[in-house]
Amino acid sequence: MSNRRVVITGLGILSPVGLTVDESWNNILAGKSGISPITSFDISTYPCRFGGIIKGFDAKKYIKPKDVKKMDGFIHYGIAAGIEAVEDSGISVENCDAERIGVSIGSGIGGVASIENGYDTVINQGPKKLTPFFIPQCIINMISGNLSIKYGFKGPNLAIVTACTTGTHNIGQSARIIKYGDADVMIAGGAEMASTHTGMAGFAAARALSTRNDDPQRASRPWDKDRDGFVLGDGAGVLVLEEYEHAKKRGAKIYAELSGFGMSGDAFHMTNPLAGGEGAAQCMQGSFKDSEINASEVDYINAHGTSTPAGDIAETVAIKAALGEHANKVAVSSTKSMIGHLLGAAGGVEAVFSILAIRDQVAPPTINLDNQDPACDLDYVPNTAREMKIDIVLSNSFGFGGTNGSLVFRKL
Amino acid sequence: MSSIQERVKKIVIENLGAKEEDVTNEASFVDDLGADSLDTVELVLSLEEEFDCEIPDDVADNITTVQQVIDYISQNAKGS
Repeated sequence: MSNRRVVITGLGILSPVGLTVDESWNNILAGKSGISPITSFDISTYPCRFGGIIKGFDAKKYIKPKDVKKMDGFIHYGIAAGIEAVEDSGISVENCDAERIGVSIGSGIGGVASIENGYDTVINQGPKKLTPFFIPQCIINMISGNLSIKYGFKGPNLAIVTACTTGTHNIGQSARIIKYGDADVMIAGGAEMASTHTGMAGFAAARALSTRNDDPQRASRPWDKDRDGFVLGDGAGVLVLEEYEHAKKRGAKIYAELSGFGMSGDAFHMTNPLAGGEGAAQCMQGSFKDSEINASEVDYINAHGTSTPAGDIAETVAIKAALGEHANKVAVSSTKSMIGHLLGAAGGVEAVFSILAIRDQVAPPTINLDNQDPACDLDYVPNTAREMKIDIVLSNSFGFGGTNGSLVFRKL
Repeated sequence: MSSIQERVKKIVIENLGAKEEDVTNEASFVDDLGADSLDTVELVLSLEEEFDCEIPDDVADNITTVQQVIDYISQNAKGS
């Protein structure tokens, strides 16, 4: 592998607990839940009627008013987080060769709200009434496309789609693109807006969602014995990744190094994890090897921790397999307890939280952890953020199809 | 009720993000108001909805200015 190193020089987030990085992070550290009832459509007959919804967002603040309707909500969210990250980093075609800046922001589901609307138009009014923007409104690479058009970034332009590992894979592969030499800067992450008719019905049909409708803010409770499924969330998380010498040369603010990336496939089941967590463990170990660290050096794990009965146990078992004895000492938490599961955006927002944990030397909490499941017996930083020494963070993502991704961030 | 001209101009302004003063009767959607090929298709859909009419493709292809829209709507639309 090349000796080019990759650092993070910009952060952007749009989450159920905030429209910016600062607002989101402050609420995460305060253990605040962003889960609320869904009111954007009549959801009264659905098994799950709540989610991590974005509140107070105005797309026109980020996108020209005439262009807003040409893009699905997931694209609005991705662009908003992308703009925050780019502005935070100070990168532009004025201070960097346009052909050396790329974009790789994916989504797990894509423009499902626009697909629903477009289908309704075609069936009820006929094909000639469909907007000419239907396809670019829905397809997943249009965050990368629109951001490149906005800023003039002419480097690699792509979008990896791997369900709930989307954000993590886009970030990890972007780091590889920089290491390989195809770019010096990559804008990378994920975005999602699946809180729609078929999004909510689909995950409910798969029996994946919590049905705690009487108490939504207590529904996402990873590793608690009363957990009953995940809570779907919307939003976006984006990083600016940059080659270390390039960042130093332009005097950029450097948050941390992205020092390792691991990937694996369970080869087991469409939606269930391996009970023994073998695929996840292999993935974490791959990220340690890439990072040239020992498992015992990990201080904090931002877990996938979705609050599903099977997934939380499988990840616990996998962490033990990957870290050995050190699993009993490492701090592990799930920020999904506060924002829900942002699917393709999860890896993006959780990468941001992992990096801020290093910056501020504090592990965010797992809220709603009242009665820990005996089968989940690690230190999950229950209910209150913890100030601690954090030099190395592992961030995990696992998705339908048995797709796994792990990132290692380290303090510089 | 607004005149056809006012309603057409309002839709053009909304669809193309054009400034009110630029949307003259003589203005060309592509040359003066910055519309691309997809914008013009969307504009026709919006006009059909506003005036409850069908603008055939061969007619739409030949309508390039604000005045041509006003003329066509005046002569053909029941919602006018």
